[in-house]
Amino acid sequence: MEQTTDQPAAAGAGIEALAHTIEGLVRGVTRLPSPAHELAYRVEPARLLEVCRALRDTPELRFEMLMDVAGVDFLQFGREDWLTTGATRSGFSRAREMNAPPDPDMAGRFAVVYQLLSITHNARLRLRVVCPDTREPIVDSLVEIWPGANWFEREAFDLFGILFRGHPDLRRILTDYGFIGHPFRKDFPLIGNVETRYDPEKKRVVYEPVSIVPRVLAPKVIRHDNRYEPALTAPELPR
Amino acid sequence: MEANSPTTAAASASAPGNLAEIRNYTMNFGPQHPSAHGVLRLVLELDGEAIQKADPHIGLLHRGTEKLAESKPFNQSIGYMDRLDYVSMMCSEHAYVLAIERLLGITPPERAQYIRVMFDEITRILNHLMWLGAHALDIGAMTVFLLCFKEREELMDVYEAVSGTRMHATYYRPGGVYRDLPESMPKYQVSKWRSAKEVERLNETRSGSMLDFIDAFAERFPAAVADYETLLTDNRIWKQRTVNIGVVSPERAMALGFSGPMLRGSGVEWDLRKKQPYEVYDRMDFDIPIGTNGDCYDRYLVRVEELRQSTRIVRQCVDWLRKHPGPVMIDDRKMRPPSREHMKSDMESLIHHFKFFTEGYEVPLGETYAAVEAPKGEFGIYLVSDGANKPYRLKCRAPGFAHLAALEEMVRGHMLADVVAVIGTQDIVFGEVDR
Repeated sequence: MEQTTDQPAAAGAGIEALAHTIEGLVRGVTRLPSPAHELAYRVEPARLLEVCRALRDTPELRFEMLMDVAGVDFLQFGREDWLTTGATRSGFSRAREMNAPPDPDMAGRFAVVYQLLSITHNARLRLRVVCPDTREPIVDSLVEIWPGANWFEREAFDLFGILFRGHPDLRRILTDYGFIGHPFRKDFPLIGNVETRYDPEKKRVVYEPVSIVPRVLAPKVIRHDNRYEPALTAPELPR
Repeated sequence: MEANSPTTAAASASAPGNLAEIRNYTMNFGPQHPSAHGVLRLVLELDGEAIQKADPHIGLLHRGTEKLAESKPFNQSIGYMDRLDYVSMMCSEHAYVLAIERLLGITPPERAQYIRVMFDEITRILNHLMWLGAHALDIGAMTVFLLCFKEREELMDVYEAVSGTRMHATYYRPGGVYRDLPESMPKYQVSKWRSAKEVERLNETRSGSMLDFIDAFAERFPAAVADYETLLTDNRIWKQRTVNIGVVSPERAMALGFSGPMLRGSGVEWDLRKKQPYEVYDRMDFDIPIGTNGDCYDRYLVRVEELRQSTRIVRQCVDWLRKHPGPVMIDDRKMRPPSREHMKSDMESLIHHFKFFTEGYEVPLGETYAAVEAPKGEFGIYLVSDGANKPYRLKCRAPGFAHLAALEEMVRGHMLADVVAVIGTQDIVFGEVDR
């Protein structure tokens, strides 16, 4: 109880103190912009294991828990379906012509985001590591450091095709047995590639190419909003 | 139960001079087993009846919620959150709207925060009642299940009265809640199954407002909890099935990413409601129960005590809400639709209404992680926005996912029947594990 009363006031100052400690003790991290009361760093892929070990074992940090591992695919980051800024003058079109689809091999397409928690110091930290190679995205596995990473990394492998070097058991986890592709990649269609039905002649379930056509129900729109101007002009945007 | 240590089993298997050939069995458990709590498929390797290996196969309920959310405006995914952990619906909604609110930099009105806290705790009671009933049923106590569901039904009525649905409420909104608490509760009616006398008894607490009903519930619920405890806490069979089963040390629990009662059962004093309070939890007076041994029995005790503590919080919220009427939604036209009256008479409001429900609102560029103390543990939402009207990436951190990952470690060396006890104690719900 006694801790809770001063919590919100202490949080902001605590973040800066924590950032100071981390930057003094850990190498190979760059601070990323984040909302108030949150702290995020980008980690060089080559130093990931070293950084994580330091974060877990240094007495001032003690991030003893890895809460979450999320893969992110930045292929369509910032690309809208519907132009808005120019449309005010020229009139609205139905949808934006996608003249150049994004390059699936673009650099920095895949990233892995880790959420760390320190119970000792009551602090949270977010780490992001960008996979150096897009064709074969691979980062070091953290199972050695936090055993809880096991299934989270399997999930990122299953859904994004991100490989984890040193993972003891990198199998698919959420998709069907024999599934092809990585469904959470941005170039994987929302409706999937195959559909299943029971074939009465063959007397078994068969897989066939999907028969429905993909469509966009609500187009993605990015509007210029003056209220968020500082966020839009921040030099280091979150990617 | 004590006789099943892995060493004795292994010794008998490898003892020289054994005539019969002893080999391990591989057994398939689920996905249609009633105590698999949904669709868990477990591939078990057994030495006699002792578990050598357990490989959970999950994903049979994978619906791609996170990818679906990427294709819809922010508000349209609130309903998907209910369907993640479908026995603690509003808590998952809570994490999602918190994440959006953090990126937008808005705070809901105080009354909405109290309503959220109250419904989070009602949800916790709902979840723990379901858990207690199902867990007891799994390991051999039928009566508790029926008793739990009797109380649970009352709270389901509260859900229905406030949101229109018993389970998938879609009640929270970024910036507040959908509407204020109703002034009346639905009542039972006389039918050929219910006599006038019985209906009168059932409607006794339903004559006033919803807050009166919740207050009456909170008044008598501790007695119901005492009833459950009478049936289980000192019950010899219950203790034989749970004490020293699935022991996890505090260090191991942290390394494995446990949260909620699983972590507190091992003796780690950690509750986000106390340590990183959100909404108005810092004004609530309640205690965090923790276990000492980290076994199934301790986790049972922790959850039962949480039922009492949640009731305490609910009562504090009811008291406050009675005295403080006010808005329950932020007064920001970007975040809320125009009133029905305006919409019918004013063209701009009609356009506003249309744009709000088709395009929605844009959330500024950035990323955040919002976590709440859901009944099962830390439910977190990692949200990346590229400034559009839809999430760019949404990741749900489900507590059950981390717990189930540790199933093999918890059951190794135990008997087959204990697998059921461990699955039960983890409070697994496949909606959130598979997403």
